[in-house]
Amino acid sequence: MTTLPSQTNKKLGLVIDLDTCVGCHACATNCKEWNTGGHSAPLTDYDPYGAKPDGVWFNRVHSFEVKRGDRPNLTINFPRSCLHCDNAACVTVCPTGASYKRAEDGIVLVNTDKCIGCKLCSWACPYGAREFDEDEGVMKKCTLCVDRIYNENLDPEDRQPACVLTCPAGARHFGDLNDPESEVSQLTAARHGRDLMPELGYKPTNKYLPPRARKVDSADIGAPEELEPIEAEGFLGWLDKVLSK
Amino acid sequence: MHPAFSVIFFTTCSGAGYGLLAMMGILGASGMLPADRWMGLAGLFFALGLVSVGLLSSMFHLGRPERAWRAMTQWKSSWLAREGVMAVLTYIPALALGIGWVWFEDTSGLWAVAGVVAAVLAWLTVICTAMIYKSLRTIHQWHNDWTVPSYLLLSVMSGAVLMSVLIHLFGAENAYIQGLTVLTLALGWGLKTLYWSFNKRTKGLPSVNSAIGIDAAGDVSVLELPHTSDNYLMKEMGYRVAQKHADKLRTISHILGFALPLVFSLLAMFVTGYAALAAVVIAWGLCSLGIIVERWLFFAEAKHTVNLYYGATSV
Repeated sequence: MTTLPSQTNKKLGLVIDLDTCVGCHACATNCKEWNTGGHSAPLTDYDPYGAKPDGVWFNRVHSFEVKRGDRPNLTINFPRSCLHCDNAACVTVCPTGASYKRAEDGIVLVNTDKCIGCKLCSWACPYGAREFDEDEGVMKKCTLCVDRIYNENLDPEDRQPACVLTCPAGARHFGDLNDPESEVSQLTAARHGRDLMPELGYKPTNKYLPPRARKVDSADIGAPEELEPIEAEGFLGWLDKVLSK
Repeated sequence: MHPAFSVIFFTTCSGAGYGLLAMMGILGASGMLPADRWMGLAGLFFALGLVSVGLLSSMFHLGRPERAWRAMTQWKSSWLAREGVMAVLTYIPALALGIGWVWFEDTSGLWAVAGVVAAVLAWLTVICTAMIYKSLRTIHQWHNDWTVPSYLLLSVMSGAVLMSVLIHLFGAENAYIQGLTVLTLALGWGLKTLYWSFNKRTKGLPSVNSAIGIDAAGDVSVLELPHTSDNYLMKEMGYRVAQKHADKLRTISHILGFALPLVFSLLAMFVTGYAALAAVVIAWGLCSLGIIVERWLFFAEAKHTVNLYYGATSV
């Protein structure tokens, strides 16, 4: 069971556009909302209204800053979730058969009825995709919304992962990365989609599209690094004086 | 990585237990130990006791201990499952050896075969434990060729130190066995020193740039974390130990785990009676403490790649 399928018919996965992601956390929020009632329900929270809220999430949105020498710094908003790797070590290290990769579509899942909560799979994942549910004593992870994408009770256009449906910037795309004609494959090819940490050899399915080269930086058009306050005159100047008192 | 007490306790306890079991098996089979009922009982009871306490402690740190039996099913792919299978299998020849030694006071013939098989299985179990760590590509400090020899040799060493106590307790002093203890301490010390220096010299391939798929466009730093308080990943994988504390603890481990036990074990070769017994008991006590510190460092200094998402620039 925990041996990986030699090949999968489809490679369902996500393509995430780091150029357009605005870091709003909507994908993470809708993921939490759907999945706390889905396949791996519940996504337990500990002390949700206390000083140090914590809990199980399948999707986390980081923000990084890239320093580019004399060019203005670049902000990268980076959503991080399971990459449904071809070479998923989280599956092969599992001693119980609770972790598995589906031969039909490549989705990596956890059978929480078999999981003993040894946490080794989370150690084997370079991307931090698996989070332990302390209340239930089992490991949980992104299901690629397996309970949405094949769900015939939903309208066809809604049969997509919750994170993709909710993204207001259109930065998340879902499809079959094994099919070179698919929209996600075309997008990956056109935008030079990347694997994360390819040097580890996990062969992730999900791709990340790097930010496009900036045609014009603010410095190119003489925009100042910072705006200077101006001295207001007339009525506004009087108002400024009164309000500044 | 978070240095969890249960896993430190498990690896040191069962490491010493399997080391002693293998010693009992090999030395018993070769006739270097007396086929004395009480010696056999004490040695095997202590060896299997340490192994069992270690295994139980590792079981109770599971999220769902009642499902632990499932952990033996996936031996085809999982080193953890292989460890479980080998651990259970080892009990069979170990108990057979016990029957011969304690009941019939005989460690020759088929009983000797049981002893050798128990030793081999004990070593294989330790190798499986080490392979669990070695196979994790996410942790450079474990995913290297030092991990398995180091686990195996430190297990043999811990077993030898215990065996020294046993032979002195039962008046079965033997210069070869005591010499073996000294030798394994020296080799263990050398190997662990080389392992530590390897980890100090080298680091893993991934960088924060490759972790987020941005080329070497510039220095990447964390602008904002995804959450306001520590999550599972930061608690489990994000353990940081200050370099000055690590260096201090390493010195303690050098001294307690290797240097002093080596001195006391050597000393025991040149004195007799209670002085020798005291020397080997002190060597065992200090070595146990030192190996616990060594194991704490093994976990605390392991840098998981997920830290790249939380502010680390290299692992």
